[in-house]
Amino acid sequence: MPEAKYLLVGSSHAALEALRAIRLVDPDGSMAMLTKDERLPYSPTILPYVVSGRSGPDKVLLRDPAFFAANACTYVPNAQAVSLDAKARAVTLANGEVWRYQSLLVASGAQPAIPPVKGLDGVTYHVLRTLADAEGLRAAMGAAKSAVVLGAGLVGLHAAENLAEAGLKVSVVEMQDHVLPGYFDAKASTRIEEAFTKHGVDLKLRRKVVEVSGPAARVTLDDGNVLEADLLLVATGVRPVTDWLEGSGVAVDKGVVVDEAMRTNIDGVWAAGDVAQATDFASGKPALIGIIPTAVEQGKIAGQGMAGDSYRKDYAGGLPVNTYRFFGRVALSIGRAAATEGVEAVETDSGAYRRLVLEGNRLVGYASVDEPFDVGIMGELIRRRIDLTECKDAFLAWPVETGRRLMSEQWR
Amino acid sequence: MGVAFDSIGFKASLCDGCGDCMTACSKAKGGASRISIVPGAKAGTFETAICRQCGDPKCVQVCPSGALDKDNGNGIIGWDASKCVDCLLCTAGCAYGGIAVDETVARVAKCDQCDGDPACVKVCPTGALEFRKAGTIFNEYGGKEDLFVPGLSGCQGCNSELIMRHAMRKIGRNSVLATPPGCIPGMGSVGYNGKTGTKVPVFHPLLTNTASMLSGIRRYYDRIGRKDIVVMALAGDGGTSDCGFHAVSGAAERGEKVLYVCVDNEGYMNTGMQRSGTTPYGSWTSTTPVGEHMKGKTQDAKNLPLIMTAHKCRYVATASTGYMEDLYEKLDRAIEASFEGFSYLHIYSPCPTGWRIPASKVIEACRMSVDSNFNPLWEYTNTRGLRFTHSPDNAYPITEYVKMIGKYRHLSPDQLAHIQAKVDEQVALLKLMAAESPPPQAAHRAPAGSSTPAGAESSQPARREIARN
Ligand SMILES: Cc1cc2nc3c(=O)[nH]c(=O)nc-3n(C[C@H](O)[C@H](O)[C@H](O)COP(=O)(O)OP(=O)(O)OC[C@H]3O[C@@H](n4cnc5c(N)ncnc54)[C@H](O)[C@@H]3O)c2cc1C
Repeated sequence: MPEAKYLLVGSSHAALEALRAIRLVDPDGSMAMLTKDERLPYSPTILPYVVSGRSGPDKVLLRDPAFFAANACTYVPNAQAVSLDAKARAVTLANGEVWRYQSLLVASGAQPAIPPVKGLDGVTYHVLRTLADAEGLRAAMGAAKSAVVLGAGLVGLHAAENLAEAGLKVSVVEMQDHVLPGYFDAKASTRIEEAFTKHGVDLKLRRKVVEVSGPAARVTLDDGNVLEADLLLVATGVRPVTDWLEGSGVAVDKGVVVDEAMRTNIDGVWAAGDVAQATDFASGKPALIGIIPTAVEQGKIAGQGMAGDSYRKDYAGGLPVNTYRFFGRVALSIGRAAATEGVEAVETDSGAYRRLVLEGNRLVGYASVDEPFDVGIMGELIRRRIDLTECKDAFLAWPVETGRRLMSEQWR
Repeated sequence: MGVAFDSIGFKASLCDGCGDCMTACSKAKGGASRISIVPGAKAGTFETAICRQCGDPKCVQVCPSGALDKDNGNGIIGWDASKCVDCLLCTAGCAYGGIAVDETVARVAKCDQCDGDPACVKVCPTGALEFRKAGTIFNEYGGKEDLFVPGLSGCQGCNSELIMRHAMRKIGRNSVLATPPGCIPGMGSVGYNGKTGTKVPVFHPLLTNTASMLSGIRRYYDRIGRKDIVVMALAGDGGTSDCGFHAVSGAAERGEKVLYVCVDNEGYMNTGMQRSGTTPYGSWTSTTPVGEHMKGKTQDAKNLPLIMTAHKCRYVATASTGYMEDLYEKLDRAIEASFEGFSYLHIYSPCPTGWRIPASKVIEACRMSVDSNFNPLWEYTNTRGLRFTHSPDNAYPITEYVKMIGKYRHLSPDQLAHIQAKVDEQVALLKLMAAESPPPQAAHRAPAGSSTPAGAESSQPARREIARN
């Protein structure tokens, strides 16, 4: 029976950071990384660029076999975990193999959430989460003339842009009033929407799909309209991959419930990344914030805990971050960039769009369209709750320069 | 042994916001500048945003395309343009604005230190930007054998121990060492109980005869054909400037081929902190106490290295552990010169115990002693004369230095004025002597804040047009 002191399930951002954190304190403890995927590690975030051809399956791999050799970590592809026996400290794979562990990291990420739409299970549709998905979509895109995308979140919009740029006639259906809800306020979203419309993408906002039927896709909306397309992509959000934990005793709410050290309720089991339900920085409440920066941070904390690193710090809560490129343009947001209640929002809407959100003279959110800023610096100002009273005028007038100044001072 | 990396240092107090660094960077890189200078909190002050080549780089960790990677050979976080998909997540990872959007190409751009020769540093006219090569020194010498045993009993934070270990690492095994009475033998380099504390032949001569004894050793080695041996002293300031001076002077006058390193901690520190000829004016020592009548030493220190130049030595230099690159270069030249004639290196060594400095502040005191011109760095050869190796311009007022040190705590404004006047006088003299030599790099302009540069009262960014965002 194979065993590892450190068993990491998942091979993406969270698991890779845990590996790194563990190796900083424990260079020798046996380690294995199990993944359902057949490839070496890659990021789901890269997939739109695989679809567009900007990147390629050979260019996206984040680590090579030499890395795993150098880090004394056994990399096991095609290894889908199907159950966990927490008492025996053992994970069973789809092929029947059982791995024993001392410390387990649950980093199985998220998978597309498929909405309960009538007829959907009867048609062929695409999703975008794995390299195989991306290759499939790229191949299908070549033969298709039109597409319908369900969902105008990050994944949906990225894919819609890919499809439109490839010459397809694209419609996007979104229930909410605006695209990228949560990350951007209405004004910022409107700018993004206009760009899509300009590029021929038909945005159906505030619309629900009531039925889907074949042969390719006939999509019926709640207003009675019907969209016909050769290709259907479902991008209506994600849900944590927790099925394999059923019956294990590991507490699962919307995701795997973790404390500030990324520990689950079960001894010896940690969770990090898209699969984990940690807290939101602003509210302190449980939240799923499925982005790379949180996966990386949580993976690091989990790894430190697993290896007993005394420098581990508690998770301070996740901060939503979005760096979004569309048709060569830039939209950025961090923190409560769309907040309206109880905050002071300072907007600039001529030329580029900028929205600074403050609360008690402290930055809590920042968004911009067509005007890059140092997202990381603003994140630090938010996380450290830097009091901007002294330099508020300068900050509102020149947020980038003032932010750089503040961090430069902090550095010394 | 790990590797250490060189780094670009920014001294905000010297930056006058001229923006030359940004111009040079965008020229060198053909795009937006990778360094940005932004207005500071007070008018006329400036801060910077530049990649710090972090050891634990968040930009790399959040990159989904594998386009960023820290090179463990040179420490640079490299950016692979062909892998990058322009998603900008790296800008969310960086807390310093070290990787940002170059709007001319709508891609990210970051500092790569120009292959070890940063364009920004080269053009900085005030010395605010420095390329610190301590990493290279560590990589080159860190693995070399330490020629002293572990556990020398120097005080905590002892700078002299640092000097000894660095110097002998650099000089190597092919040497014969003399350490006259003082802290250096006292902490155990000559050994205990019949066992030596040094891994090369070490002598413990009298305080008075070190240079004479070394002359004899040198002549003997020459006679038996071992001209490759470095015959050297690691001596204190007392044994050099006072009791041992006649021997040093004689050996220098005869042109003996000896490397004489004076470790100057400004007094007899190991015997209870008595004053010496190099103890500066105003210093508290146990023989120049501070009380109702006396307020520390009433005479100025003699300038021993300057005295040595009058001996027409092959090489004379001053050095400080605050500027290691400079110290290492001077050791090179001093060793070389010691095969030709008398070679004299004077290394300043703040003493945490005798001067009342926290151990953690010793190196800062070293740097400030140089930056305030209290101990200017220069070198002299008998053919090229004297040359500054660190600019004496833009010096801090002497108060910045003395306030770090307990032995000056009692100084009255009059005494401070006296010290400042003497420091100025000495720099003026050195400048006269160095008039024919090429000036050291950088620092030819007034630092920010010393005078009011035009437009200083405006809090507007000085150069929004070349700030990257
Ligand atoms: C198209 C797209 C665009 C995105 N854009 C952005 C963006 O711009 N910015 C951003 O911050 N984030 C973005 N994200 C989200 C980001 O990719 C995720 O937050 C991040 O990948 C989470 O990392 P993770 O390690 O938690 O999990 P995942 O990346 O989901 O990886 C999960 C890993 O677990 C493995 N696995 C799953 N189930 C099992 C099992 N049962 N047994 C064994 N292994 C298993 C998988 O093979 C995979 O290796 C995007 C995601 C997508 C899909």
